[in-house]
Amino acid sequence: MTKVELTDFVQNKETQIIKGNVAAANAAKSARVQVISAYPITPQTTVVEKLSEFVDGGYMPGTQYIKMESEHSVMAATIGASMAGTRTFTATCGQGLFYMYEMIHWAAGVRLPIVTAIVSRGTAPPWNIWADFSDVISCRDTGWMSSFCATHQEIYDEILMSYKVCEDYDVLLPKFVAYGGFILSHTSKPVIIEDQDKVDSFLPDLPDEKGWPHIWVDPERPIMHGNLIMPSGFYSEFRMKLHIALLEAKEKIKNATKEFEKVFGRSYGNGLIQEYNMDNAEVAMLTYGDLALQMEEAVDQVREEGYKVGMVKLRHFRPFPTEEIIKLGKKVKVLGVVDRGIAFGSQTGGPVSCEVKTALHDIEGTAKVFPMMNGIGGREVSLEQQKNQLKLLVKYNETGELPKDMIHGTYWDGLLEVK
Amino acid sequence: MADTKKWKNINKSREERPKVQEYSCWEELPPIPISLPIDGSIGTTGDWRTFRPVIDQEGCNKCGFCWMYCPEGTISKQEDGSFQIDLIYCKGCGICAKECPTNNIKMVRESDIKK
Repeated sequence: MTKVELTDFVQNKETQIIKGNVAAANAAKSARVQVISAYPITPQTTVVEKLSEFVDGGYMPGTQYIKMESEHSVMAATIGASMAGTRTFTATCGQGLFYMYEMIHWAAGVRLPIVTAIVSRGTAPPWNIWADFSDVISCRDTGWMSSFCATHQEIYDEILMSYKVCEDYDVLLPKFVAYGGFILSHTSKPVIIEDQDKVDSFLPDLPDEKGWPHIWVDPERPIMHGNLIMPSGFYSEFRMKLHIALLEAKEKIKNATKEFEKVFGRSYGNGLIQEYNMDNAEVAMLTYGDLALQMEEAVDQVREEGYKVGMVKLRHFRPFPTEEIIKLGKKVKVLGVVDRGIAFGSQTGGPVSCEVKTALHDIEGTAKVFPMMNGIGGREVSLEQQKNQLKLLVKYNETGELPKDMIHGTYWDGLLEVK
Repeated sequence: MADTKKWKNINKSREERPKVQEYSCWEELPPIPISLPIDGSIGTTGDWRTFRPVIDQEGCNKCGFCWMYCPEGTISKQEDGSFQIDLIYCKGCGICAKECPTNNIKMVRESDIKK
């Protein structure tokens, strides 16, 4: 990961010091979305508030903003708008996402390129509104793509890249762009809002009145979709096609990331993962979202102490970068995985840790996986903690010793002590 | 060889678009199934009926509520303005009877209807 220097921003006229949520709203504006349907929920609220300001102020001419009565209706309206052949955007998180859940499946099943920002928050009960990726991860098997952002700039960039991938005729799938609630959503950082012409040249053209190739809305020529298919019909084939499209989207994500770098000059690894300081690394830490940003600093400092550590940021959870993880597993001896999200009842760590273990299973000579859990429900994660996590990997590599206080195979860092 | 472009014609007319029987393997299928509307695509759903809606034509004020509310489109307007129910497809849901403002549609158990 190349650290962005402050001077890069100062020299750029388009730089604004804005909150993560405003960056997401600006991305939707830059992408010229045509229909926005939304229902507010903390910490996503300011995304849709900003968008309603843009629409009301005439900054997004031709964009329809639909206020709905619930998240379920929001996704239903977004599906309808997308089906009619428009570029659509919405944002939600946590319980709101769960209220949408039925429609989430419909959006993927009808293969609509809807981009949804998820300002991830903890799942209730107990009530929690702070950074935790459990919400978006619980939509793992819905057929949506999902990605995590680590910086304010990445939120803006990832939403633009998402439209490029989703609207590809070989993909035609919806996508979640997730970032940590409050940590990114409500803090301000410099973000380059790109020139409209440049964005237009990068993104595909807006769909014409004919809509997408596989579905259209024409009152003169009504159609039926979501039809009942008997077990002897093509049901499993259609589901398999969705699964294959999701896997084949990997190449499209890589291409979009490459093209994005060419046009805008900002690099995000190969799109699926992004390595940081991995030269001659013996152990590596894999993490995602905002945890990855601070982990870079931790890696730098631990390296200065003479340990050969590196870091990999997971950018996409679905499709999961299995090949990249196997390559990584062959490169290092110990691979730590820090999850900010729980896979209840799993004995192989958090959700991403499970995926990593699955990817490396059956592959000979790959790294041992060290599952960790940190920052659940927005708990503050200090730099010292992350440095300590890296040193635990080094110790595990050298002595084969895991910490004594592992809980069911997972190292829960930063738990409160009862005095 | 699978013709993966075959589905690109799904938005053509009923005659030009490929029939479901013409797809020889899953690679040829479109991303999602789309069908054009046709009478009774799931069969003669009138068989599902337990209660039959019977319109009392004399008391009917021809408001058209039953025609508008019927979820299956089985009620049609006649030349004299009265309404007829297509019993081959009517499932007997009873919405027309519930919505009729003059209570002129009665739901009668099929076994009670004189043959």
